[in-house]
Amino acid sequence: MNYLYYPGCSLHSTGRAYHESMIAVFKALEIPLEELDDWNCCGATSYFSIDETEAFALAARNLELAENQSGNGNANLVAPCAACYLVLTKTQHYLTTYPDIKNKVNDALDKVGLHYEGKTSVRHPLDVLVNDYGLEEISRRVKKPLKGLKVACYYGCQVVRPFATFDDALYPTSMDRLVKALGGEPIDWPLKTRCCGGSLTGTIQEVGLRLSRALLRDAQKRKADILITCCPLCQHNLECYQGRINRKMHDHIDLPVAYFTQLMGVALGIPEKELGIQRLFNKPHFTVEAPMKGEPVHA
Amino acid sequence: MILPTFAFIYSNNKHKTEKKAVVRRIKYEAELDHNFGEHIAAHAYGERLMSCIQCGTCSATCPLSHYMDYTPRKVIAMTREGFKEEVLNSLTIWLCASCYSCVVQCPRQIHITDVMYALKREAIASGYFPRRLPIPVLAKAFFNLVKRNGRNTESWLLVNLYMRTNPFKMFKESILGLRLLLAGRMSLIPDRIKRRAELSTILKAVQAGKGASKS
Repeated sequence: MNYLYYPGCSLHSTGRAYHESMIAVFKALEIPLEELDDWNCCGATSYFSIDETEAFALAARNLELAENQSGNGNANLVAPCAACYLVLTKTQHYLTTYPDIKNKVNDALDKVGLHYEGKTSVRHPLDVLVNDYGLEEISRRVKKPLKGLKVACYYGCQVVRPFATFDDALYPTSMDRLVKALGGEPIDWPLKTRCCGGSLTGTIQEVGLRLSRALLRDAQKRKADILITCCPLCQHNLECYQGRINRKMHDHIDLPVAYFTQLMGVALGIPEKELGIQRLFNKPHFTVEAPMKGEPVHA
Repeated sequence: MILPTFAFIYSNNKHKTEKKAVVRRIKYEAELDHNFGEHIAAHAYGERLMSCIQCGTCSATCPLSHYMDYTPRKVIAMTREGFKEEVLNSLTIWLCASCYSCVVQCPRQIHITDVMYALKREAIASGYFPRRLPIPVLAKAFFNLVKRNGRNTESWLLVNLYMRTNPFKMFKESILGLRLLLAGRMSLIPDRIKRRAELSTILKAVQAGKGASKS
């Protein structure tokens, strides 16, 4: 199967480690991955607050570029960022449900010689790895099993809700099964799809920090050694503000937060440098012999 | 829990009024905007708004409802009844972080997140949103940046946001920014697409199409 890669803006900056580790993992598993040429921003949540039709046109341009680039039209567009994934799937749903919006978007796309037909399927790397590639094949390729590592799998909100079909919307298990295949122990964690605060950590920080704190405290209480996530914003929120939460709310949070592809890469025996582990502020230890605590964050 | 910024902007001087006066706290029917509910329901995925049974599942499942001034259930009820100013002025629509947990649990399959987006757009278009609230400012800054470059550059977006809302915050955040920069997790060079003219033609055509359908 042919996969087109849609990095999204975050994976070029805050989520750079996600970009690096995902490319490395796909390479190690020998899954061909080609970047979508001249992709544009998906629109995210902010664009929808200003102009809906323009937001749909932005997302539809990417879907259409994917149709063109894949040749036969049936493209698999892999979007690792949760917001991109949601916006692209949402656009597909809306354009199918509302033909008049689709016509408006297509009228605009026609001006530059593009035409959206809806053949592209939007996929999340978690979905691709677990359902297309298969956990058996992954566990066969594991070189350094994560024995005894207790992992809190955090999906965030927008990967599993509301248009994704590959997992449950409230209690998904794909990532947990993946961690098991890598030899680790996923913890049973009811908060795995609770919101981390999203962009509120930048706008109304009093609220944003409290949402992140609730997740971190609970994961720590359940004795997680590491928290893994599949969204660049969740990773940023949960990692970078630990020091600030500790100072403002007199807490003792010290939990490494990594991308699920980084954890996978470590188990597959990929060197840490290629996975962008050096970019994390709270360095995780992936073996149980060493103490699991990283250095405290002073952000 | 005391929220300092909120307390400053949205204090309701409850404790200061010692003299008890009879105050009317709610509007009478004639003061409501009766078309407001229908108007919002006309947006994409808003059509089920009118079928809400006020069960409160959305408020119960919302991770932000305890910071909101009206819970999502109340916002729906008020929207349907036509409390236009109250709804568009409320913090609720801006606090919604689009996590969609209400959407997947609503027994009437109302797309509450999309209703919130419709209300946000309405609030921005009519200039109703609370002043000094950074969320609409962020949305506008993002909108302009993406329109110009085709992509978002996080560092530029945040500098833009802080300059417009609270320049002091930029100094507070600069340490984190520097650490991100050193870790290679932030770039100061703006990210741009190659065919920017193509994108702006598309966006202009969308606006032109809108104008044509209205007339």
